Amino acid sequence: MTVAHVTVSARAGKQNVEAAAMSREVTVKPPPFSYAAPATLTEAVRLLAEHAQAEPRVLAGGQSLIPLMNFRLAKPGYLIDLRNVAGLSGIRREGDVLVVGAMTRLAELERSPEVALAVPLAAEAVGLVAHTPIRNSGTIGGSLAHADPAAELPAVALALGAELVAVGPAGTRRIPAAEFLRGPFSTALEPDEILTEIRLPVWRGGHAFVEYARIHANFAIVAVAALVALDGDRIRRAALALTGVAPTAIRATAAERVLAGAACDAAAAAAAADAAVEGLAPAGDLHASPATRLALARTYVRRAIELAISRAQDER
Amino acid sequence: MASPTCTISLTVNGRPQIADVEPRRLLVDFLREDLGLVGTHIGCEHGVCGTCTVLLNGASIRSCITFAVQADGAEVSTVEGLASGGELHPLQDEFSDKQGLQCGYCTPGMLMRACEILAQNPDPTSEQVRAAIASNLCRCTGYQFIVEAVLGAAARMRETTEVAS
Repeated sequence: MTVAHVTVSARAGKQNVEAAAMSREVTVKPPPFSYAAPATLTEAVRLLAEHAQAEPRVLAGGQSLIPLMNFRLAKPGYLIDLRNVAGLSGIRREGDVLVVGAMTRLAELERSPEVALAVPLAAEAVGLVAHTPIRNSGTIGGSLAHADPAAELPAVALALGAELVAVGPAGTRRIPAAEFLRGPFSTALEPDEILTEIRLPVWRGGHAFVEYARIHANFAIVAVAALVALDGDRIRRAALALTGVAPTAIRATAAERVLAGAACDAAAAAAAADAAVEGLAPAGDLHASPATRLALARTYVRRAIELAISRAQDER
Repeated sequence: MASPTCTISLTVNGRPQIADVEPRRLLVDFLREDLGLVGTHIGCEHGVCGTCTVLLNGASIRSCITFAVQADGAEVSTVEGLASGGELHPLQDEFSDKQGLQCGYCTPGMLMRACEILAQNPDPTSEQVRAAIASNLCRCTGYQFIVEAVLGAAARMRETTEVAS
């Protein structure tokens, strides 16, 4: 325990050490903030605007935000906790769209029969997000709004062509997933907007979400979401999204064009995999060099397509 | 600089608690410092190691990346709530019998995670237990005995249920 505190104090700098020395509260890690847990969305939006000067943040499950606050990498002056807002959690079908409330816990998505039937890609990906205790708290909206470039759900949203519903003082708007993701930890949400719903189009066909991570439940070094719809022996339509090869999750549109109308064979999957990584220039890091990321991406795109095709064939 | 406190009302191991806490008070610090329940350990403090695992309304969570205010109105269960009337919980008994602990630091988190695993699946396979406790690190690497303890407890708890029914 002592060791951990020394580490955090060292990260936070001299100021924190002095504050800790003066205070009885030596165990407190996150910086101080004001807090509200409003009962309505209207109130939450109002609070977000009212406390704009305090650099407020919206608290969903907190599984990304609270670690950042413990390290004092994030220092919001005001937290607006959505846990008491009615109607932000739940899964419902609206025709060909599965509407998921932003506060729906990842564990609920994982167990939901509606998700497994309508968007099995999402169910498969959620099972790869961290571990059960994190998924019990973490939410779909929190993950998407946090926009970690290595996270699984942005790739799922991109591949499915999801729409994200945001509410702010100016009203409600729907943002296509492709426009939502702006960069690492950066989205199209305005500072005064709250993500309320994720609209996932129902997918009929094969799916696959595969990833390479150093150990189970770690952030993926490369992840691939693949959707394939067949027409007889040929691929009618495909959607592919990749993480780990660009500043955000990206759609592999060139590879999708290669697959459209192609035969359901290994050659098509290999050609699409080549097209998917063509022109990409991922940044290397401690975990994987650019060349490693490209090699992994090519391999995992091919595997994802082959798995999605075989599942599509099984369904007939 | 302290922020204004919030009043929270929750149940911890079946006992109602009302407390004034700073919003930044982490649940694990609330349990240890304010309630004196030091059975829940603190490891990495950023949600990676699992030693601070407690149950919130029956679901395992990391109490080091949960604010105490988020547990307002909830039922929290910690390792202190496992034994009853001087009798160890079957999981505690099996961890003891099977040497499911070495230094013991990960044990409270392992026990609470195991409670959830067996509540969801009373008859898991060895592989299912292994996959499920991947959420919790044992730096002594004593996983083999932990898996055996969880399986042993599962068998005993199924027997008890069968006798009772």
